[in-house]
Amino acid sequence: MVLQPSPRVEGGRDVAIEPVIEARNLTKRYGARVAVDDLSFEVRPGEVFGLLGPNGAGKTTTVLMLLGLTEPTSGEARVVGVDPMRDPLEVKRHVGYMPDTVGFYDGLSARENLAYTARLNRVPRSIATARITDLLTQVGLVDVAEQKVDTFSRGMRQRLGVADALLKDPSVLILDEPTASLDPEGVVDLLALIERIAQERRIAVLLSSHLLDQVQAICHRVGIFYKGRLIAEGSVRDLATEASRTEDVVEVGAQAHDGRPAGVEVITATLRGAPGVASVAPDPDAPDRVLVTGAPGIAGELSSALAAAGLRPIHLRTREERLDAIYARLVHAAAEAPVRPPRPKRSTTRSGPGARGTTPGRPGPRRARPGRAGRPRPDNHDDDPGDTAAGEPG
Amino acid sequence: MNASTPGPAGAARARPRPENRPPSGGWRIVAAKELADHLGSIRFVVLFVVLGLAGASAVYSVSQQITSVAAGVSTGQSLFPLLFTLSASDIAAATQQTANTPLPSFVTLISLLAPLLGIAFGFDAVNRERADRTLPRLLAQPIYRDDVINGKFAAGLAAIGIALGAVLVVIAAWGVIQLGVVPTAEDVARLVVWYVVAIVYIGFWLALATLCSVVMRRAASSALVAISAWLVFSLFGSLLISTVVGLLAPLSASPTNSEVIANGHLQDALTRISPDGIFQIATQAILDPHVTAGILTIDQRVAVVQQGAPGSILSLDQSLLVVGPQVLAIVALTVVCFALAYIAFMRQEVRA
Ligand SMILES: Nc1ncnc2c1ncn2[C@@H]1O[C@H](COP(=O)(O)OP(=O)(O)OP(=O)(O)O)[C@@H](O)[C@H]1O
Ligand SMILES: [Mg+2]
Repeated sequence: MVLQPSPRVEGGRDVAIEPVIEARNLTKRYGARVAVDDLSFEVRPGEVFGLLGPNGAGKTTTVLMLLGLTEPTSGEARVVGVDPMRDPLEVKRHVGYMPDTVGFYDGLSARENLAYTARLNRVPRSIATARITDLLTQVGLVDVAEQKVDTFSRGMRQRLGVADALLKDPSVLILDEPTASLDPEGVVDLLALIERIAQERRIAVLLSSHLLDQVQAICHRVGIFYKGRLIAEGSVRDLATEASRTEDVVEVGAQAHDGRPAGVEVITATLRGAPGVASVAPDPDAPDRVLVTGAPGIAGELSSALAAAGLRPIHLRTREERLDAIYARLVHAAAEAPVRPPRPKRSTTRSGPGARGTTPGRPGPRRARPGRAGRPRPDNHDDDPGDTAAGEPG
Repeated sequence: MNASTPGPAGAARARPRPENRPPSGGWRIVAAKELADHLGSIRFVVLFVVLGLAGASAVYSVSQQITSVAAGVSTGQSLFPLLFTLSASDIAAATQQTANTPLPSFVTLISLLAPLLGIAFGFDAVNRERADRTLPRLLAQPIYRDDVINGKFAAGLAAIGIALGAVLVVIAAWGVIQLGVVPTAEDVARLVVWYVVAIVYIGFWLALATLCSVVMRRAASSALVAISAWLVFSLFGSLLISTVVGLLAPLSASPTNSEVIANGHLQDALTRISPDGIFQIATQAILDPHVTAGILTIDQRVAVVQQGAPGSILSLDQSLLVVGPQVLAIVALTVVCFALAYIAFMRQEVRA
């Protein structure tokens, strides 16, 4: 395994490096239905790219085309510089893939399953044994390594799937809904693992998900996918600013002149009348703070309002917008839009790299809540009966 | 494009390395895993039990009265193949007794069981990977799609081959030790040839079942279709053939030579489409090599009659000459199954 430290390029936005995943105008039709429509994006080494979209949006189809497991109707893909339709084996040597419904040979133990993958990848046995133990440790399965997989829970299988994808020491990692059935702790561990691996080994990671706050936590860039089209692409921060936010939420904490914290009541009273403020409420996460909702860019106003009242702001932070809100808004807009939804975001992210996205958008306070908050209007899944039906074992 | 920048590890590794292609032979890795699975499976135990029972029944038939049968056997014919071809009714006929058990001979049992063995080891080859959702993961590894089919086929055939070979050796050893029937070199050669032909025959059914496992998403429907094919071939095959022949090339009450030959040609052609018929002819030609109408094509029969040697015994190379086309026909049918399986598999969506 290549673990040498390499110069960290924040967010993988170093343009000097060739992208390892490139999709150019990828289109896939199943009969009359367009599963993926004219999709273009790229992912560079060290970058974590999140493919987001409602059920049936075409995420899995895209992934399969990148792997050469499904032939695109038109357009082309390049993975590690190779066309997956031309030389699928070369692509498969370098791409670690975890399918959305990952299965293993139930009669074999976890270790035996991984050993088979290692053999298929021609990893020498001497290396394979140590690597399998290492990976099983990393995904927290080393204690059950010798157990048959049919005793595994879904989440355990999923962890094993991640280990399986990493076994070939890939330069590209494609994970289709990697966190779908993990417990909260498992999600945190797994995301940390993905993030660390992406950095340490400088591999490109493409992950698809609808668990938005998780994606927000580790993806340098996301693409929002709706009915086969990429309706937005960029860092979470870009999307937040671009997608016309209507209000800011600001956390405010303040001190009186004598250095003692100003009470919540005092701050509330001070800010309630300030221009542009819509509402003020105590911050449930911090005792001495309030949450102010107001017009975009209101933080400056608040600071001067506090100063005018003789208070010193000690905490003034605009909450980053949650990805699920952005997502809901974009998908909603796309659903409202006439036949061809606009495709506004791609050009903007292509033009000034380096300017943004220097840190993966870590949201501030993250409440534990189900990630499906951003689900678009219910009529979206009227048109994907096939996928949901196929998801259940026959 | 990316030749100049000595990029970081990821980019460097990302470059295709044509000198370091994955070696061919992915099918061997698949086959090794599948064979290991087979050998530890209940399926294999059942296979062994079934073949063992067939062997035991053969041994039982033969041990009854091989000596009295031997007396009736024409001179020049070796006793050894009788170990495998004697049935209880043969014995009864030879000894003028009524058979107390209607046991068929070993080879008859095998020709009956062979399709089932092939089907049992192939009907769920690919669709089980689908059902277990291991197929996308398997196909995302650097092997070709046909490696999966080939590997599974090879493993199934190897498993059956091991079991059948073991049973044959046990029967032969028993014959030598208990009955003192010592095989000549030619006997051994005939047995080996028969073993190979049997494996080829079982291979056809395995290939057919594998094809079914690719086309049918469910193992149950796959097994059903394969078994139906077997029923059609083995039960209705000869009936169908004689019906078709009777319709297309009927024989009049006093048939002319050309009628007989036309009829024979059609019969030969159709029989060679039915793997069941092919195997029976081949078995007979190898292990029971009397020149009888059953095993020769009409042209060969004409030749035999012209040489004036009906009823004689085929030498080993004559047997091979008769068997060769039969084996080729089975192999051709197998290849057809494979080709269809490849095409179907390549066109299929990977996801369930
Ligand atoms: N074999 C197929 N034949 C016809 N249509 C298909 C086939 N496979 C997928 N589709 C359609 O293509 C569209 C995209 O499916 P895809 O599986 O890529 O969605 P997804 O984004 O992965 O959804 P999910 O979040 O549910 O996994 C869906 O509308 C689906 O019905
Ligand atoms: Mg999917």
